[in-house]
Amino acid sequence: MRILMALITGLVFGIGLIVAGMTNPAKVLGFLDLAGHWDPSLALVMAGAALVALPAFRVAARRPQSLLGEPMHLPTATRIDRRLVLGSLAFGAGWGLAGFCPGPALASLATGGVQPLIFCVAMLAGMGIFELLERRRS
Amino acid sequence: MTVNWTDFTPWTALGGGLLIGLAAALFVLFNGRIAGISGIVGGLLRPAQGERGWRIAFLLGLIAAPLVYTLAAPLPAMRIDAGTGTLIAAGLLVGVGTRYGAGCTSGHGVCGLARGSVRSLAATLAFMGAGFATVFIVRHLLA
Repeated sequence: MRILMALITGLVFGIGLIVAGMTNPAKVLGFLDLAGHWDPSLALVMAGAALVALPAFRVAARRPQSLLGEPMHLPTATRIDRRLVLGSLAFGAGWGLAGFCPGPALASLATGGVQPLIFCVAMLAGMGIFELLERRRS
Repeated sequence: MTVNWTDFTPWTALGGGLLIGLAAALFVLFNGRIAGISGIVGGLLRPAQGERGWRIAFLLGLIAAPLVYTLAAPLPAMRIDAGTGTLIAAGLLVGVGTRYGAGCTSGHGVCGLARGSVRSLAATLAFMGAGFATVFIVRHLLA
């Protein structure tokens, strides 16, 4: 059941990204181009998502377990450290270079031709580099 | 700055956002998890018992989304201006950055902000700021 729910959630998420225009890098970059001809659309994507997600997380925070009886896996980290900030800055730089973040890149993989594929392979390589560095550290 | 009203799509942006929020809501309520894409993908690269199935299922749904979408309507236009070198550099930065930063637009930007997490707010400000700055440099300083 939890596998099926994960599949459905991934599907709804992906369709949301397509409807919102997030799978079009030109549109994402149009939003990030504050100094140019700015397209404010993506601010409304965030607003729409928050509208539904806010009450859901409020309910979830009070539940001892999920509706399927799973333990709640909510993040507990609160520290704002160098890893968080430098990592997020690197992510933002990559996002601004190509206009892809992880979700839309994956949701473009099946129909978007070779460019999303190149991006996704590089992204996986980047995540692999992180794993290797982490394993060496511990 | 001028506002690009021609390409401004408030209703599809809001509607798509509602669907993204719905997915995040379903996932936390039914599965007790954060719908953060970089975390779901990255978690596949480390061994953990009973963790693979739901991650793969979520990603299959995400990857199948455009195929399901075309059953109802043709896919919206998509334009990628980045060349191969830029795509590789961008992918590497996004991969390494989202793992060190413990989240991306979905995990921090949607779920984290909806949880009221200050840590996610800091991450979101950092990646949005870097995104704005990068586009500014590429389009207005280098071009």
